[in-house]
Amino acid sequence: MPISWFLALRFLREGRMQSVLIVAGVSVGVAVMVFLSALIDGLQTSLVAQTLGTQAHVVVRPPDEVARPLRRPEAGVAVAARVEQTAQRARSIVGWQQVVTALAAMPGVTEVSPVVTGPAVALRGNATRAVVLYGVDPERFGRIYPVRQRMVAGRFDPTSTSCVIGRELAVDLGVAVGDRVRLAAVGGVGDVYLVAGVFDLGNREVNRRWVVVSTRAAQTMLDLVGGVSSVDLRVRDLFAADAVAADVTARTGLVADSWMKTNAQLLVALRSQASSSQMIQFFVILAVAMGIASVLVVSVVQKGKEIGILRAMGTARSTVLRVFLLQGALVGLVGSVLGTALGAGLGAAFAASARNADGSPTFPITVSLALVARSAGVAFLTGVLAAALPARRAARLDPAVAIRNG
Amino acid sequence: MAEPVVLLEGVRKSYGDKVVTEVLKGVDLRVDRGEFAALVGPSGSGKSTLLNLLGLLDRPTSGRLAIAGEETAGLDDAGLTRLRGHAIGFVFQFHHLLPGLSAAENVMMPMIAREGRTAKAMVPRAVALLDRVGLAGRADALPSALSGGQQQRVAIARALALGPPLVLADEPTGNLDTRTADQIFDVLREFNRELGVAFLIVTHDPRLAARCDRTIDLVDGAIVSDRRRTAEGAAPHR
Repeated sequence: MPISWFLALRFLREGRMQSVLIVAGVSVGVAVMVFLSALIDGLQTSLVAQTLGTQAHVVVRPPDEVARPLRRPEAGVAVAARVEQTAQRARSIVGWQQVVTALAAMPGVTEVSPVVTGPAVALRGNATRAVVLYGVDPERFGRIYPVRQRMVAGRFDPTSTSCVIGRELAVDLGVAVGDRVRLAAVGGVGDVYLVAGVFDLGNREVNRRWVVVSTRAAQTMLDLVGGVSSVDLRVRDLFAADAVAADVTARTGLVADSWMKTNAQLLVALRSQASSSQMIQFFVILAVAMGIASVLVVSVVQKGKEIGILRAMGTARSTVLRVFLLQGALVGLVGSVLGTALGAGLGAAFAASARNADGSPTFPITVSLALVARSAGVAFLTGVLAAALPARRAARLDPAVAIRNG
Repeated sequence: MAEPVVLLEGVRKSYGDKVVTEVLKGVDLRVDRGEFAALVGPSGSGKSTLLNLLGLLDRPTSGRLAIAGEETAGLDDAGLTRLRGHAIGFVFQFHHLLPGLSAAENVMMPMIAREGRTAKAMVPRAVALLDRVGLAGRADALPSALSGGQQQRVAIARALALGPPLVLADEPTGNLDTRTADQIFDVLREFNRELGVAFLIVTHDPRLAARCDRTIDLVDGAIVSDRRRTAEGAAPHR
């Protein structure tokens, strides 16, 4: 065993009570870090998953139509006194096939789903409901929204003759799987569709308004034959959706809205949550560092005489330095192992106690390997850094003075 | 005798920046291998300062200091530490054992310090040394479980762990009762006779000083007398 390890272990064993207390302190600190991180992570993942259950990460659509002032070409003189803004109408993305191919090839984009969407009405008997018609490729749509997993009746199988609707709309219209509803564009003709399935995406408004049919059916109904009105994207890194959207706009000239832009408030909430958690963790680390440092400072003072004797017996300054650094590192390491276990236990206990009515956990608390590694690393580094000052002090002790005064 | 274990020529030591206090005022001293010498003198005469210089815990302000034939003037801190480690054993008044280490581990400490690591072979050597100072069977005891005399025996075994040519003892029997002090003194004497280790013992006890082969008197930072004794009674050297 190297001399520094031998002495560090003996010193820790000798100051048993101090060692136990400081290891306990570090453990509690690390446990708070681990628990808090896992809690915030779980909460945020759950919030984001809920929000993005009914939203694409990025929606790409044609730019809004803008009326321009009429000018005479030669003089730049305006002809009309006032510019009337035009009403927006359903328009197709020009050359959408190429756009879809280009979007699919972009880095960071994982799924692409062209959508034909527009307002429509659903009728059955006396009931009339305004709805949003979605004409989709079921395969691609299913990879953006978790509809397949959220079917409450029937199958997710929109075709030219059948549609899939939300639970609230099914109740409003009084239909079930196998019944028929009439769908029509506002002020246009419509057709009768078979209800193939009913979904519940966990959002009442969406369940009340969304009617999913095949691309071709929607194109016909909305008078967009051969076109698509928007393209939904799924991205690899959720919080880079903004950057992907900007990239899409730069490449295609189309408008791209990320979920971060449409849910700015949620994002602010998530960010402030994360930063407050980071601040708490920072202060916990600070407290842990000061705890370790104060115990070691006291230890150096108490052991002044012993350090002097060690130096008198031929122990190098660098060895004395290492002995105290090691003590800090060992305390940090042992504390982080115990603390991680404690934090994980707290997380499990919390997840067990906070349950939904149906008994499922309100949100998952997962203590990931990365989190454990990070906490252990932080505790270890904190231990070494906190020990640096006392260690330097110990190494600088004048052996003659230490032996005399000790 | 090839070279002296201790060689001091005109060693001076002063402290303080503005008010300079000269503690040692030109000390010449030569101690050869196998000598058994007492260093006596009143409090404040500079005994401790001289011992610190000899133990390489401090540097002289001026003068020549050589330990075991090695000049110390040109050595840096690491060099002093190395020389101290292999050439000098220390026995202090208050034993100064490490309280967290067992008796055997305390004896092993200089070996560990020299090798930079622990080794299995050190244990039997430490136990053998403890046997020689009469502490067979107490190898695993912590210092707090030993009596004052036993603690001092451990300290002696530790001082001799690396077989140094010189042992410096600062009031080794200072806080022991007369009988225990005699026993400790006998242990020192035995090592001196059998291994040829040179001992320089600082003591206030004239009875112990009288039992040494040589008595060096330090007064006001200078050696005022240095007497050697033959085996039979006193015989002034100078």
